[in-house]
Amino acid sequence: MIDRDMNKLNNPYNDDKVISACSLFGMMDVSGKVFSGKDIIRAIANMHVRSNGLGGGFAVYGLYPRYADYYAFHLMYMNKQARTETEDLLKENFHMVLAEEIPVNPCIAVSNAPGLWRYFLEPEAASLNGRPADDFVIEKVMQINTCIEGAFVFSSGKNMGVFKGAAYPEDIASYFRLEEYAGYLWTAHGRFPTNTPGWWGGAHPFNILDWTVVHNGEISSYGINRRYLEMFGYACTLQTDTEVIAYAVDLLMRRHKLPLEAAVSVLAPAFWEEIERMPAAKQELHRALRTVYGSLLLNGPFTVIIARQGEMMGLTDRIRLRPLTAATRGDMFFLSSEESAIRLVCPELDRAWIPMGGEPVIARLGGTKVVAEGAVAAAKGAC
Amino acid sequence: MKTYLPNRFIVERDPARCIQCEVCVNQCSFDVNYRDADEDEVRSREENCVGCHRCVLFCPTRALNIRRTPLDYRENANWRPEIIEDIIRQAESGGILLTGMGTDKAHPIYWDRLVLNASQVTNPSIDPLREPMELRTYLGRKPDSLTVEPGSLALKTKLAPQVAIEVPILFSALSYGAVSINVHKSLARAATEMGTLFNTGEGGLHRKLYKYGANTICQVASGRFGVHPDYLNVGRILEIKIGQGAKPGIGGHLPGEKVSAEVAATRMIPKGTDALSPAPQHDIYSIEDLAQLISALKEATNYTKPVSVKIAAVHNAAAIASGIARAGADIIALDGIRGATGAAPKIIRDNVGIPIELAIAAVDTRLRQEGIRNQVSLIAAGGIRNSGDVIKAIALGADAVYIGTAALVALGCTVCQQCHTGKCAWGICTSDLRLTKRINPDIGAQRLVNLLRGWSLEIKEMLGGMGVNALESLRGNRLHLRGVGLTDTELEILGVKMAGA
Amino acid sequence: MTGKEPTSPAVTARDSVQIDAAGLTTQQLNDLLRRAVADGIKKIELRNVCGQRYIGTDLGQPVEIDIYGTPGNDLGSFMDGPRIRVHGNAQDGCGNTMNHGEIVVYGHAGDITGLSARDGKIFVRDYVGYRAAIHMKEYQERKPALVIGGTAQDFLGEYMAGGTVIVLGMELKPGEKHRARFIGTGMHGGAIYLRGEVEKYQLGKEVGVKELDDNDRAALGSLVGEFARHFSYEAEALLQGKFIKLVPLYLRPYGRLYAYG
Ligand code: SF4
Ligand code: SF4
Repeated sequence: MIDRDMNKLNNPYNDDKVISACSLFGMMDVSGKVFSGKDIIRAIANMHVRSNGLGGGFAVYGLYPRYADYYAFHLMYMNKQARTETEDLLKENFHMVLAEEIPVNPCIAVSNAPGLWRYFLEPEAASLNGRPADDFVIEKVMQINTCIEGAFVFSSGKNMGVFKGAAYPEDIASYFRLEEYAGYLWTAHGRFPTNTPGWWGGAHPFNILDWTVVHNGEISSYGINRRYLEMFGYACTLQTDTEVIAYAVDLLMRRHKLPLEAAVSVLAPAFWEEIERMPAAKQELHRALRTVYGSLLLNGPFTVIIARQGEMMGLTDRIRLRPLTAATRGDMFFLSSEESAIRLVCPELDRAWIPMGGEPVIARLGGTKVVAEGAVAAAKGAC
Repeated sequence: MKTYLPNRFIVERDPARCIQCEVCVNQCSFDVNYRDADEDEVRSREENCVGCHRCVLFCPTRALNIRRTPLDYRENANWRPEIIEDIIRQAESGGILLTGMGTDKAHPIYWDRLVLNASQVTNPSIDPLREPMELRTYLGRKPDSLTVEPGSLALKTKLAPQVAIEVPILFSALSYGAVSINVHKSLARAATEMGTLFNTGEGGLHRKLYKYGANTICQVASGRFGVHPDYLNVGRILEIKIGQGAKPGIGGHLPGEKVSAEVAATRMIPKGTDALSPAPQHDIYSIEDLAQLISALKEATNYTKPVSVKIAAVHNAAAIASGIARAGADIIALDGIRGATGAAPKIIRDNVGIPIELAIAAVDTRLRQEGIRNQVSLIAAGGIRNSGDVIKAIALGADAVYIGTAALVALGCTVCQQCHTGKCAWGICTSDLRLTKRINPDIGAQRLVNLLRGWSLEIKEMLGGMGVNALESLRGNRLHLRGVGLTDTELEILGVKMAGA
Repeated sequence: MTGKEPTSPAVTARDSVQIDAAGLTTQQLNDLLRRAVADGIKKIELRNVCGQRYIGTDLGQPVEIDIYGTPGNDLGSFMDGPRIRVHGNAQDGCGNTMNHGEIVVYGHAGDITGLSARDGKIFVRDYVGYRAAIHMKEYQERKPALVIGGTAQDFLGEYMAGGTVIVLGMELKPGEKHRARFIGTGMHGGAIYLRGEVEKYQLGKEVGVKELDDNDRAALGSLVGEFARHFSYEAEALLQGKFIKLVPLYLRPYGRLYAYG
């Protein structure tokens, strides 16, 4: 069914995968209050040197309150034909309440910009045929991405959206006029890929349904992570670590319904030695997670910010080879590759801390903040 | 009948060094060295020499050297000396050519055509000496998913029995009777010390070794030797032996001379009778029969042990493996064409089966295509020579490997291929009590432990170089492999890219 | 940050200046520092620092630098002489391969603090991230020191080849243990003094635990004294409680690693 090789777009030299380093930033108001992109744009720009202008992007949650119940598809079109074909496919399968071009600022110099459109969609009951809507949406996203030449869905969740492209994140923000949008949760990414595709779809965040992933590092387990996910029907067409992480989270949490804590223990498990020291029931759980899902262990250096509606999580690999700083100020929760970027937008913090490797820091809507336990995490920030 | 066979080896004895001590006379079990009474001098019947080097290494003055006989035939790429001599041997005996060990033919060794990856810049290599490096592997059937209760995080899924091994290397089936009790003891102790398993082979387990049960794989083969409830229950894993790489499709034959009182008691057969293993398991003529035997073994052990099925890697290994997984096996052991044996018809050893590398790749790929790879663990056997082979087998898709020949070499074996004679001068593949005491189980175990230790250190170094700190991240991760000097078809089957690509 | 035109430093006294780092790139800021030192400035106050890297490198003078804000990675890397005070937290790589000088952090410091430092002192009031003092080493008269008021994350003193690390454990509540794992893994020189409890499994295979002798107590007393002065603590209070000394068990921890052929 895959007649279009996405890999050629994103990975023109057919490397094992696209390798890139990065800067990450995430901020969330756990009370649900929305705010503009102004601060996160400044914050990610402050880490300019961690990216090289070949990729930048943002994810925004709480973005489309008027259309909150509809799947918001963001599409990149390389040509007119792609749009016609895609819109035909969408109309055939969905009730389309709105179709519009995503407003951009033409004065910003970016190269290779594709046509950018968005649609608010509801799957037709007849097409669903009793299947969960989410599964149906994933299938259609994969279908467009792999079968329609020149079309790429880069955002497909509800009341959220991804904006990204092949440029520095601050330029992408200006291009998409992100200062004019508001959301309660934003993540951002500046990318430093080691090859030079000018393809916009390759930038982060990577999205499927309302999951978004921004990622820093290179996962040396990619080969097996990918082969494992393929067993469950995920086609890793972009050949990036980030795509693999998003599918892994979707498989574990949406399809296998694992609680977040368990899913995290799959991605960054405890060492066997530590598992041995756990109390019996916990030991059994961790051993089972590692034995059954060992192929999804993300090995090698990484920091990720994974977000979905109402939740944002930061996680590093279990021997913490990539950096992450977390901070809070009132209802605001921050995650960043570097503390300085947080201080730039919020000089006074209640706490700023470096989470332990492999231990997630999670913020949830409703004001509950879940953070790693322990001496270091409990340490007071310097402010 | 006068034999037309030339000698194979020359025994060179340096008269200046030889002190006439007769150590070589005692050490040689092939009746080569003897004291000539008339001349009162140690001499050699060179026609008997098999080149096992026992005498060379035990001669106190190092007076001996064994060399290939320089006799040259007229050059002929087709009628090579070995082929001519095999014909002579059969013309003089009228029998099937029997041999021991694994094939000595130059089948392609894909291990040598695969190279590994290492991290540079974009991700760091990990230093295995100072940072954790995990080799632990769990063998057994895994469910497709787990159910975990939100909140309490209670595990709702009950897992099939899993067996942990601390190094991904197990000792291959070597039956008691084919090898001596001291070899079994050495293997059992080494497996216990290293946190891995040894395999009884098809000859049962001596009662004295029951205490190593937690590190034992109990094999059930077509002869069902020594298979009784205690035996089934003492081991950690049960293995149904369908075939073995050195002799796919045929049974075994332990000659009565090797069936000593102890062997007889362990195999539960009368002393001195031939122990014949039929070619097939006569309760398995089809895949549903295999399912029946698997269930029978699980039932007999109250579902406490994973059941492995060992097959020789043959043409349809992928399809067969899929059937085995669906028949309820928890582990599949694949034995490639380079696998060894105590005795096998030479023509079969050298011509039947496929290389293990291709078999692992084909089976792993097929099981993934069918979405059932997680239902079984895959153990690869047959020609694993060093830690590089181990790690490549795992990257191709194996969970662990069996080593047989390498373990015997660690004990002293020089791969002289005389295992079928029962005269192994190294005391390994024999039940002659005069010879078996040549293996001291304490020293034997130490040699095996050292080997596994060395290999696991090397595996950790290689993993660290790839930026991986847990073995499961390499399993089936073929991106860490590249091929050199392989055809497109070979690369495609192996699922690896050409080096440079 | 895209950088703005640097304004001239404000000279606050004859040999001291104040520099507003807001909006400056790393290079612009370090250029200003180089120029100031060349002009004979002895005391520099940096305001609004936000992520600029390598501050203090390539100055080669015992100049004093006060940093307000959050300096970027590799603060004081390859540094040879300056004394830096950070009024806030330091990011990753603080004191990386430092040759001489002093860094005082009035907060916490990130990963690989003191990586390969050969000399100089680093004082961190709170905690340090992963792999602090990794491969710290001493040479001839040079002997680096890292004093940490709170705790450390994993791999403290990894491959450590020389120098002194002190962990005071001030953040630990009564009964609470250090959390760091793999402490001193691969350590083959130097000493780590640790107050507060650790389990055996938290230590690397290559380290042994020792009681302190008089020499140890003298060394500890002097460095803790300096630490206390920087952060206005009572040195006596900091020295109370049980310290253990972690030392390498072997000079060549991997003697049995290789087989020669
Ligand atoms: S011990 Fe082995 S090598 Fe030596 S003479 Fe006998 S058969 Fe030949
Ligand atoms: S086991 Fe003995 S007989 Fe067999 S190859 Fe090795 S040394 Fe020769």
